[in-house]
Amino acid sequence: MKLTKEKVKHVAKLARLGLTDHEIEKFQTELSNILDYVEMLNEVDTKGIEPTAQVTGLTNVMEKDIVRRCENPHRLLENSPLPIENDQIKVKPVFE
Amino acid sequence: MNLNELTIHEAHQGLKNKKFSSAELTKACLKKAKDLNEKLNAYTLITEAWALEMAKKADEVLQKEQNPNPLTGIPVAVKDSFCTEGIRTTACSDILRNFIPTYDATAVKKLKEVSCVIIGKTNTDEFTCGASTETSCFGVTRNPWDLNRVSGGSSGGSAAAVATDACIYATATDTGGSIRQPASFCGVTGLKVTYGRVSRYGVMAMASSLDTVGAIAKNVFDIALIMNVIAGKDYFDSTTPNIEVPDYIKGLDSTDLKGLRIGLPDEYFISGMEEDVEKKVREAVRELEKLGAEIKKISLPYTKYACPCYYVICPSEVSANMARYDGIRFGPGTKKEAEDLFDYYLQVRDEGFGDEMKRRIMIGTYALSAGYYEAYYLKAQQVRTLIKMDFENAFKEVDAICCPIAPTTAFKIGEKTSDPVLMYLGDIFTIPANLAGVPALAVPCGFSKNSLPIGMQIIGPQFKEPLILKIGSVYQKITDWHKKKPKIS
Repeated sequence: MKLTKEKVKHVAKLARLGLTDHEIEKFQTELSNILDYVEMLNEVDTKGIEPTAQVTGLTNVMEKDIVRRCENPHRLLENSPLPIENDQIKVKPVFE
Repeated sequence: MNLNELTIHEAHQGLKNKKFSSAELTKACLKKAKDLNEKLNAYTLITEAWALEMAKKADEVLQKEQNPNPLTGIPVAVKDSFCTEGIRTTACSDILRNFIPTYDATAVKKLKEVSCVIIGKTNTDEFTCGASTETSCFGVTRNPWDLNRVSGGSSGGSAAAVATDACIYATATDTGGSIRQPASFCGVTGLKVTYGRVSRYGVMAMASSLDTVGAIAKNVFDIALIMNVIAGKDYFDSTTPNIEVPDYIKGLDSTDLKGLRIGLPDEYFISGMEEDVEKKVREAVRELEKLGAEIKKISLPYTKYACPCYYVICPSEVSANMARYDGIRFGPGTKKEAEDLFDYYLQVRDEGFGDEMKRRIMIGTYALSAGYYEAYYLKAQQVRTLIKMDFENAFKEVDAICCPIAPTTAFKIGEKTSDPVLMYLGDIFTIPANLAGVPALAVPCGFSKNSLPIGMQIIGPQFKEPLILKIGSVYQKITDWHKKKPKIS
């Protein structure tokens, strides 16, 4: 199954990946090949089979709601490439 | 023998008996690491100053303590997807090229608590997504047995560093084979633990229901010593069950396998695999039989669906885990001007992620998107249940399973990079254990006609690491494949 260019562009937009036209063409083929390969899963009869989301068997691992202090919040801000104002990371506008 | 050629156990004896210091041991490893790195590229960062500082502290501990932990003062290489406080951690991705964590991964913290010595960070495929270490933003790690070939992946750097004695052991992760396959390609020993046995806190997540934290070392006994330190429930990782950590070296003094039933699955010996790989693994199993194990043919009927199942589940989870790399809180951001936040995201992520990451993110986004979720992700999760049941049924008949790790020995650099599906097919024997969440040990079991290492996989039921370590340990008592070293000019 060949993915259309529009589909690839749509998926890239959802994934917030800014792809060039060349990349879109390249991924169109590569992704189609991968999707063709995984089509194999349709050979398997999975009627009545419960999906496995995780293999630990654990459920509802709870934690006490206790406040713990972050040792040095300024160190965390140092990792950001964006300007810091009043201990806040300044980002580009969300809306125009 | 040079100090860096010692195993953890041997080095510990030497340190305890004051034959040498951690500082001397560390300097020997650092020298080897630096001498080889241009050729091999196993390390993304060699942390000489940190290492010497840690060795100094370790020597103080060794002076004071009567019974120091066996890992005290021992140089370790840390895979570059493990957060190490104050030491650059990149997951070998441009999107984290300059990231310096403010905390240690739990596994690193536990090693530091026993005064380990961090020699450096090792190379990996970008965000551990790969089977050859070719997608690293720092370039590929060459195989020490043949520099034109890959070390395997994603823990190629860790495997190559251990194989060349450029460290005494290394941390690593295994999501679809990333410890076992490079261990096999480089002729070293590696353990993929039961999912949840070791905390994943502070280790950059790839596929959260599949990722495991483990180690690569020079033999099984050393792996057990490492497990004694890193295994266990962690407050910060809610997928670590409250299951007791046994003493992993107990039972490793066995010299036979009497009473053990080992299964050989039909589906792991297929046409298309390299002849030598099949030959050496079957020879190894015959050795296990001579040691008293009963060998039984078994079937894991859904094996062939493991790879496509994984290549839906894995990218889906990868796409979710990669969403945090948005250039806001960490990473180098983008030099280009962005009009608004949306543009900023597009640019940061286009510049920061390599091709394989983009591929996986897109497949995952597609598989999870409205209209496709049932057809892909849900379907794959159902197939996963069947694959898990294959193992549960098999372990009613046998105690452990032995099989190959990869269909081939180390392939040439560049051989598979233009065909993603071909690269994915190399994972067919390792993926099932990740889907089922069971532990699997990789031990060297021979060489091919062109002198490339071959490994055997020993798979056990969940939390039965002591059993598979025992089998591996007994095998290493009567063979010396794990002692062979590559010659690098």
